[in-house]
Amino acid sequence: MTAAISVSGLTKKYGEIEAVRGIDFEVATGETFGFLGPNGAGKSTTIKILCTLANPTTGSARVAGHDVVKERDTVRRNIGLVFQDTTLDSYLTGEQNLRFHADLYGVPKSAFAPRLRQVLEMVGLWDRKDSVVGTYSGGMQRRLEIARGLLHAPRVLFLDEPTVGLDPQTRVSIWEYIHDLKQREDITIFLTTHYMDEAENCDRIAIIDHGKIVAIDTPHALKASIGKDRVQISTAEDPAAIRELRNRFGIDAEMHEGLVTFSVTSGEQFVPTLFAEMPSEVRIRSVSVSRPSLDDVFMSYTGKTIRDAEATIGDRNRTLATRFGRR
Amino acid sequence: MALLADQGNREKPLTDSIRGAANASAQGLRHDLRAASIVWRRELIRFKSDRLRAITALVQPVLFLFVLGTGLSGLASHGLPAGVDFKTFIYPGVLAMSVLFTAIFSAASIVWDREFGFLREMLVAPVHRWAIVVGKCLGGATVATFQGIIFLALAGVAHVPYNPVLLLTLIGELLLLSFTLTAFGVMMAARIKQIQAFMALTQMFVMPLFFLSGALFPLSGLPTWLTVLTRIDPLTYVVAPMRHAVFSHLTLSPAAMRELSPAITWGGWAVPVSLSVAIVAVMGAAMLGIAIAQFRKTE
Repeated sequence: MTAAISVSGLTKKYGEIEAVRGIDFEVATGETFGFLGPNGAGKSTTIKILCTLANPTTGSARVAGHDVVKERDTVRRNIGLVFQDTTLDSYLTGEQNLRFHADLYGVPKSAFAPRLRQVLEMVGLWDRKDSVVGTYSGGMQRRLEIARGLLHAPRVLFLDEPTVGLDPQTRVSIWEYIHDLKQREDITIFLTTHYMDEAENCDRIAIIDHGKIVAIDTPHALKASIGKDRVQISTAEDPAAIRELRNRFGIDAEMHEGLVTFSVTSGEQFVPTLFAEMPSEVRIRSVSVSRPSLDDVFMSYTGKTIRDAEATIGDRNRTLATRFGRR
Repeated sequence: MALLADQGNREKPLTDSIRGAANASAQGLRHDLRAASIVWRRELIRFKSDRLRAITALVQPVLFLFVLGTGLSGLASHGLPAGVDFKTFIYPGVLAMSVLFTAIFSAASIVWDREFGFLREMLVAPVHRWAIVVGKCLGGATVATFQGIIFLALAGVAHVPYNPVLLLTLIGELLLLSFTLTAFGVMMAARIKQIQAFMALTQMFVMPLFFLSGALFPLSGLPTWLTVLTRIDPLTYVVAPMRHAVFSHLTLSPAAMRELSPAITWGGWAVPVSLSVAIVAVMGAAMLGIAIAQFRKTE
């Protein structure tokens, strides 16, 4: 069985800027593959190339067994796309949007009706198929886009931030549809997300930073590779706390999400020592110890939490924020 | 869980048949024609659901025909042969105007589609770009012709007879005009990404096109500068045949016919109606070609 996606030596330059600087990876058929990275790391560019929306500068990529440049139309027929921004016609009904898609992708006319029902029932929109899409809520529109992306029975489904901007309840239900989908159809899913708890749902994860892949493995293996627990403390004197941690314990701590954050091998055993030795003027208000999460994995490879990465746009802002946090 | 597995078994043949059929059939011309047809149908569905647009697009031609036509009729009657109403004279030109805005605004929907993301749905599909552009131009042409037909219903008020041959001739000419105008609009929309810029630019073109086409005055006996400008205006080559069609279905003396519906002349040579129509068709085809080429580019 050939890989669903295989990328080798891929680069993309926009003028002087090197958005992707030579990446290689493979996604096996049937895998759910998460592609993570800070803004501007080359994530969107890579997806654009895999979806045939941009040509690589050098290197090659094959999706569903076909070259994305030489066999563009074959690749397009075998992939489903759900973008961050909606690409529905809000003046048409749900069914009309899907019929439009079926005709563009050459879905056999006899298969359209049963397939329409199947995908719409799967996302719970069958009873709303005759409503104009403009009347749908944000979550319903995203569900309709997923149904549309599946209509032509693609081998690989690309989901670019499928849950961004949705309320938590809808996010959970979108993931239920994705799991349900894996049960029903032999399909490979390639997705990006900003939510680390969602990335846990992936079979494997790749982290891209500054145009290169810095880590690629299962979520379990990635967390195990970090090895350390994450400790976050809230204090009255954060700069003093960071200074004392360095002087007394040789630990490099940083500010993340407004808390003094650092990693140690066994967090629970470290806490009593911390209280015993920390000078009283630091005044620790609260402590939390957590096992390594994907957030920690992300931070250890990219130097920032995904929320930091999301909060700042552009490299200059990001540097400023990091510098500010390290003071 | 057992239920899901059961469903899985039942659904596999369906996805397999879709995959197989799509890969086998999607190469050919039939697939592209199916795609062009759905793009065309979408224009019709949207036109049907937007009745307000059909009504507002009627306002301008109705104003020209009734207000300008009636207001100037006393003054214009001195120059017109007895029994010919000024409204009859300007009717073919105003009919052309009734499709002008609708055709170009249908092309503007490409700019909207780009802004709202739907254009991407079309551009990532495994179809040739020409199918999408042709579907769009035919859609705009059909919708604009419908708009023209609504205005055609008012022919009687301008003393234009409801003769079937005349009506069919006019509808054919409207269709050609609408297609060329939509192709022009789509060609512009390929380049212009903001709706405001598109509207401003088309406004800049549309009014001069209309005024220089001889829609409101005869093409003979004009000062040289105006004669030259009218001959450059593509719309002239549609308005003249339409007026020719209308006036040849009225009972007029040959002298009056010559005066009111003179042939377009190029330095003394009278351009036949068939050539005039062919010029518009060739321009439409050329702009369609440019539009397709522009939409073909990949990043």
